[in-house]
Amino acid sequence: MLLGISILLICQLCGEILVRLLNFPVPGPVIGMVLLLIFLIIKGSVPKTVQTVSDALLNNLALLYVPAGVGLMEHFKLISKDWLVISVALVVSTIITMAVTAVVLKFLTEHPIDKENPYD
Amino acid sequence: MTKTTTDLSSLWVYLAASPLLSLTVTLVTFQGCVWLNKKLGKSAIFHPVLLSMAVLITFLKVANISYDTYFKGAQFVHFLLGTATVALAIPLYHHLDWVKRMFFPLMIACFTGATTAALSAVAVGVWMGASRETIMSLAPKSVTSPIAMGISEKIGGLPALTAGLVLITGAIGCLIAAPLYRLLKIRHDSVKGFALGLSAHGFGTAYAFDISQLAGAFAGLAIGLTGLISAFLLPLLLKSLGI
Repeated sequence: MLLGISILLICQLCGEILVRLLNFPVPGPVIGMVLLLIFLIIKGSVPKTVQTVSDALLNNLALLYVPAGVGLMEHFKLISKDWLVISVALVVSTIITMAVTAVVLKFLTEHPIDKENPYD
Repeated sequence: MTKTTTDLSSLWVYLAASPLLSLTVTLVTFQGCVWLNKKLGKSAIFHPVLLSMAVLITFLKVANISYDTYFKGAQFVHFLLGTATVALAIPLYHHLDWVKRMFFPLMIACFTGATTAALSAVAVGVWMGASRETIMSLAPKSVTSPIAMGISEKIGGLPALTAGLVLITGAIGCLIAAPLYRLLKIRHDSVKGFALGLSAHGFGTAYAFDISQLAGAFAGLAIGLTGLISAFLLPLLLKSLGI
């Protein structure tokens, strides 16, 4: 458990350091994710302790967005100034984006994936 | 009587300012909302995150607690978001074979999706006559918030406004996913997850994990890819359009 947390934190830390040193335009944790993936590929398996910690985190991923989400209260004033444009733009654009992405990917992959889905 | 009132009010003053209260309220509210969401048949409109946001914002407004004070406690939960992002490598590793097999379709879908996300938002903004600042703040709305705020600043938007818009976009993505996928007959979890992560970043990814681990893995992949592509592409794209 502690080892698992440490491995995740070390990857996160290295990610933050790399991002700052190389002036990358992405957040540290995204690079941390890439580093952990490389580590897992080299190791060839997921250590049980890392699996336990990551399950605990990812099973509660929604909770982790709540504090940032409550931050919306800070932006009410800015949003209310242009609320109509903003609402229309966000709803229309999110629908189009999700539809385009899903349709393009579905078309390109000719769905071989589902047959092997072990979670079905 | 007066003494008890003073005691209670000083107790409240202490509690309202302490991290303990906001941390506890956050955890309890979220679990209550998960329970309520189940009772309501897991409807997306009553998504636990959206419900919790509504309940907590109302609570803070009524109790007259500032977001900064609230965040002193909630930051312990918020911190784990970075660690959870790192942990997304694990479902990704488990599904690496599929990612490899789908590599080119994923890249093309990501490129198309990220461009669509920015251009469609900008187009609506221009069409409805929004200010330049608002339009530029809208452009990175599908990107995960730390990257989105950076892009917004670079292209002349307001990072704080973008942060708010990113949150609302995530919420909209969770609301529309199920009916949209039904309409378009999207049945594959990999496709569902990837489109959720691309258009609705972390909120979409949390929602994708409710569908399956496979969907979650692809959503996590989409966040990283979309963030990277958008960070490089968006400033160039908007400049070349002369907006």
